[in-house]
Amino acid sequence: MGELKLMKGNEALAEAAIRAGADAYFGYPITPQSEVIEYLMAEKPHERTGMVVLQAESEVAAINMVYGAAGAGKKVITSSSSPGISLKQEGISYIAGAELPCVYANVVRGGPGLGTIQPSQADYFQSTKGGGHGDYKQIVLAPASVQEMADFVKDGFELAFKYRMPVLILSDGVIGQMMEKVDLFDPIPRLTDEEIVAKYPWATTGKKNGTERRIITSLDLDSLKMEEHNKHLQAKYREVEANEVRYELINCEDAEYVFVAYGSSARIAQKATELARKKGIKAGIFRLITLFPFPTKQMQDLCKKGVKGFLAVEMSAGQMVEDVRLSVSGCAKVEHFGRFGGIVHTPEEVLRAMEQKIIGG
Amino acid sequence: MSMFEEIVKPENLVYEKTRLMTDKALSYCPGCGHGTAHRLIMEVIEELGMEESTIGVAPVGCSVLAYEFMNIDMTQAAHGRAPAVATGIKRVWPNKIVFTYQGDGDLAAIGTAETIHACNRGEKIVIIFINNGIYGMTGGQMAPTTLPGMKSSTSPYGRDVEMMGNPLKITELIAQLPGTYFVTRQAVHTPAAVRKAKKAIRKAFENQRDNKPGLSFVEVVSNCNSGWKMTPNDSNKWMEDNMFPYYPMGDIKVDGQLVK
Repeated sequence: MGELKLMKGNEALAEAAIRAGADAYFGYPITPQSEVIEYLMAEKPHERTGMVVLQAESEVAAINMVYGAAGAGKKVITSSSSPGISLKQEGISYIAGAELPCVYANVVRGGPGLGTIQPSQADYFQSTKGGGHGDYKQIVLAPASVQEMADFVKDGFELAFKYRMPVLILSDGVIGQMMEKVDLFDPIPRLTDEEIVAKYPWATTGKKNGTERRIITSLDLDSLKMEEHNKHLQAKYREVEANEVRYELINCEDAEYVFVAYGSSARIAQKATELARKKGIKAGIFRLITLFPFPTKQMQDLCKKGVKGFLAVEMSAGQMVEDVRLSVSGCAKVEHFGRFGGIVHTPEEVLRAMEQKIIGG
Repeated sequence: MSMFEEIVKPENLVYEKTRLMTDKALSYCPGCGHGTAHRLIMEVIEELGMEESTIGVAPVGCSVLAYEFMNIDMTQAAHGRAPAVATGIKRVWPNKIVFTYQGDGDLAAIGTAETIHACNRGEKIVIIFINNGIYGMTGGQMAPTTLPGMKSSTSPYGRDVEMMGNPLKITELIAQLPGTYFVTRQAVHTPAAVRKAKKAIRKAFENQRDNKPGLSFVEVVSNCNSGWKMTPNDSNKWMEDNMFPYYPMGDIKVDGQLVK
């Protein structure tokens, strides 16, 4: 199949961008994701595939370079970490409004403000509830391994072009920095200019004789038209909710107590589950892979099978837990546990929280 | 046959609207220079046969709707980000012709970083910079290029440079950067100025077509009769008397060499 390598999550994401046939990466350095642009610059993808890599003057400029290139039909990716992602929000709102495809990654660090450079999952609200201004959604993929850091770049581009919307790969400092074995997928050739012109008639590739010119914009001063555009966007998001939910159930067949987690917290919850099972507690994990769309129905279905309680485990003061509560409201007890501000919780802490807040609570 | 039909014949045609301007009525105030600047750019693109290879970038400001009037592929950018958007397009389509059209607030205030860095990287794009020393779209607020003592709705007693800083000569500033290849300042308020401005715009687009090393930057000092609260004629006179001494006309950098 592919090629086996030992890589950091950030490097796997960068390598996957080249292999996914990306046309360009525009980015700005920030810890803990600077390896993405460092890897790309060292790898010279312009020689390997013709891919453009450019270090922008800011995250603001980088996301607007993405906007321009995506609007011109190209496969574009950027990445950053929390404070830099905040800077990109204006551009992401424009990308969502103008219905452009792109992939971007947030290797989350602790906040608020400049915060810390240690891992965190405190950008869940920003990722799933909007982030920038206006009524928009983006598909959010949450990798829990270096393997998924690579695979989700490929999947992300497919989803981004299928729905013409931004796709966020939401990882954190743990996944970005740790090294694991990764089975790299076989390279996908970049589309030729002719293929892009034929495949994406909406893209600004230069006006063709006899064809309508293309305009990329998120503006319409006619509010009735803007309402129609918003309805169209909402219909698309409902379609995404119906078709693109991804999650994983681990040890849930007989589970009475379920950890709900994504990303590195899901890895920690896995160890906590092993510890729980040794103590005779029937524990399982509901691992979220898409944070939007959220697996609401699937969580309800699991709850109805006899789950007594859910513990939302996330490296934040409690963000995802709100969606868990909305999903299983009235069916079972829901509590939150998480260290935050850059502290990574231990499996023992997570199990203790389950015992105290759910089982004994 | 009516007299109109007798006169309007192809052999009598001395001037024609470029087909690269749409028929949509311009949203600009009567007397404003934007319409003329639009037309010159579109004429140049038509004359150079670049219609099918050009992608324009519209800013935020009075010309936010430039894409409604310029009959080519266009992208509308966030406020100040046009040079970054144009960079993104040009880097992935190096054989296309890419230009931005920006006002003074867009280019010299909120987008200063994007402007300077696109110039410094020597992006092979054209920037058309319309400088009328005021925020027209939002109702006449102070711009980075508002002259000392000049009144606006946010400098109602005149721009006090002690408090509000000095007008930014961004064109002179970016001319110092090795990444700029052609930097010029023009106007479009008289037939003679229009002819010179068109020549400059043409040179800018030819530079990009010929893959010259660097960015071509054309400032157009323009009036804003509504924002300045003057008649069009008075505003043009005021512009000559007050704007031109601060923002002198002519080439600043030609073929990569400073000439002023």
